[in-house]
Amino acid sequence: MADPSYPTDLLYHPEHDWARIDGDVATLGITWFAQDALGEVVFFDPPEVGATTTAGESYAEVESVKAVSDVIAPLSGEIVEVNATLGDGPEAINDDPYGAGWLVKVRLTDVSEKDALLDAATYEASL
Amino acid sequence: MSAPIDDNHLHADPSIEGHYPHHEIPVTSAGATPMQRDPAVTIFEKGAPGRRAFYCPEPGVPARERHELLPAALRRREPARLPEVSEPELVRHYVRLSRRNFDLDSGFYPLGSCTMKHNPRLHERVAALPGHARLHPLQDPRRAQGALELMWNLERALGEIAGLPHVVLQPSAGSHGELAGVLLTRAYHESRGEQRTKVLTPDTAHGTNPATVTMAGYEVVKVGTNADGGVDVEDLRSKVDDQVACLMLTNPNTLGVFDANIEEIARLVHDVGATLYYDGANLNAVMGKSRPGDMGFDIVHYNLHKSFTQPHGGGGPGSGPIAVSGRIEPFVPRPVVTRAETPEGPVFDLEEDRPQSIGKLRGFQGNYGVFVRAYAYICSLGAEGLRDASETAVLNANYLLARLRELVGDALPLAFGERCMHEFVLSGAPMKKELGIRTLDLAKRLLDHGFHPPTVYFPLLVDEALLIEPTETETRETLDAFADAVAAIVAEAREDPQIALNAPYTTPVRRLDEAGAAKHPVIRQAL
Repeated sequence: MADPSYPTDLLYHPEHDWARIDGDVATLGITWFAQDALGEVVFFDPPEVGATTTAGESYAEVESVKAVSDVIAPLSGEIVEVNATLGDGPEAINDDPYGAGWLVKVRLTDVSEKDALLDAATYEASL
Repeated sequence: MSAPIDDNHLHADPSIEGHYPHHEIPVTSAGATPMQRDPAVTIFEKGAPGRRAFYCPEPGVPARERHELLPAALRRREPARLPEVSEPELVRHYVRLSRRNFDLDSGFYPLGSCTMKHNPRLHERVAALPGHARLHPLQDPRRAQGALELMWNLERALGEIAGLPHVVLQPSAGSHGELAGVLLTRAYHESRGEQRTKVLTPDTAHGTNPATVTMAGYEVVKVGTNADGGVDVEDLRSKVDDQVACLMLTNPNTLGVFDANIEEIARLVHDVGATLYYDGANLNAVMGKSRPGDMGFDIVHYNLHKSFTQPHGGGGPGSGPIAVSGRIEPFVPRPVVTRAETPEGPVFDLEEDRPQSIGKLRGFQGNYGVFVRAYAYICSLGAEGLRDASETAVLNANYLLARLRELVGDALPLAFGERCMHEFVLSGAPMKKELGIRTLDLAKRLLDHGFHPPTVYFPLLVDEALLIEPTETETRETLDAFADAVAAIVAEAREDPQIALNAPYTTPVRRLDEAGAAKHPVIRQAL
């Protein structure tokens, strides 16, 4: 399992989700803190490509050895890609939460929503 | 290699139950224990072809070939690979398996929310009487009057305990009772021409509540928790409307907190025409003290296997009867036990003609053996005894809570409030942060001390939760020994967290690969 980290190039939602914004597309995932609290992830139930996310609402579920938990969207948009490798290897969410463990890519409906998200230092201070 | 550990605590008094009898417990992950040198062997790996535990005598009728008795489509093409073992092999196999298990009869089992109280042996004796044990479920009711009378009497006693007039014994588990209750709610609303869409559950609810709601075709809406651990009444007020069919509530809830706002909650729910459902999982805290019916609940389920003593948790079937108010009664599952006065005395029967009933929830009348044990329990304790049981359950929980706060209050603080009902929730968050061991590690290390761990990681809203329910049947010595064991583990972790991180050491198997088990389950043995 990776060491605690909160990369400074990401934006964070208080429900322990991160977003990496590139133009009008954002890659979403859960933070190191979230995967640590969940414990070993055994299943990721992805949304369909084309489904929409609404900031602050659940768009997918992750199942760990402890519980099934909702994943909260930091930003609103349309799902354009899901991380298919998590089907066979959901442990990537634990091993590399900001890299190979990314969950979905979303085409944003309102890029300005990012202004409501936290930077790494603010998020880490809230933990 | 093995390192010495604090032996004083572990073996202070071998006569106290729960203390592991070994004198040396290796603490490195490489250390093999005596039980682990005895490898797990399934019954399929034992025996030899043709070996039998029992040979049938020659039949007294002419033998007939299989193909004469069964059509080809129903016959196996190859014989089943059944175990072929002698009787001693068979007996030893199962005795050995039973010794590799942990059970209530061998140690303290404070598994929160499960009410693992002692099961009095008297109940087993009564349930084993041939008139109970050998009664066929298809027996004509005229020849099963005693059994029907027992069910009738049990219904009346349970109705008195819940404060509701109508009881149905049929559901076979708490979750089954919940499903019955939510289906009854649906039938009630439909009878009034209403199609409601939502059911409210607090975020402290047992996982079965939202699962039941989904299975019954409703949308789950979660209600928040206030600072005292009860329902956030303002959040509830903002969520009740005419689309809400029901609020499902446990009181005391899974935090071990009795919700003092229950009357206000009941009023809000009834004002929008919804039903109020009582999850009886925690009834052991309030028997003879307060009644769900008096609090305004319309539907209640009991867990006979918890509050009313049954071997459970892999040890036997459950039973989840429901009690309902008059407005719900027309819809209850059928058949219903009836009693008629005749010149020859009362006559009991099973009534199937219930036109508004939601139907049958299972075959026959329910898990009858469980009814016998529950009825034996109620009769042997009586009203006073049931109240004593609940009072002692609450006293034991508060005593253990006080001991743990004294010994390890910094590492494992109480999650909500100051006192508890029959169970309480500690948070292992400070322990994780300061000592580097999690609730799971503490739970695993408790196994080495001869205790079944408490419930862990539930309720979900408490970080690193530890839910402890000692029950009323444990002695003060056992509660003290458990508190001392928790304190010893915390003290040990301050010196060397690796000991807990690699635990358990003394069990038949060590730390299990839970993720592997979930991802690659082996759930079928090919025959």
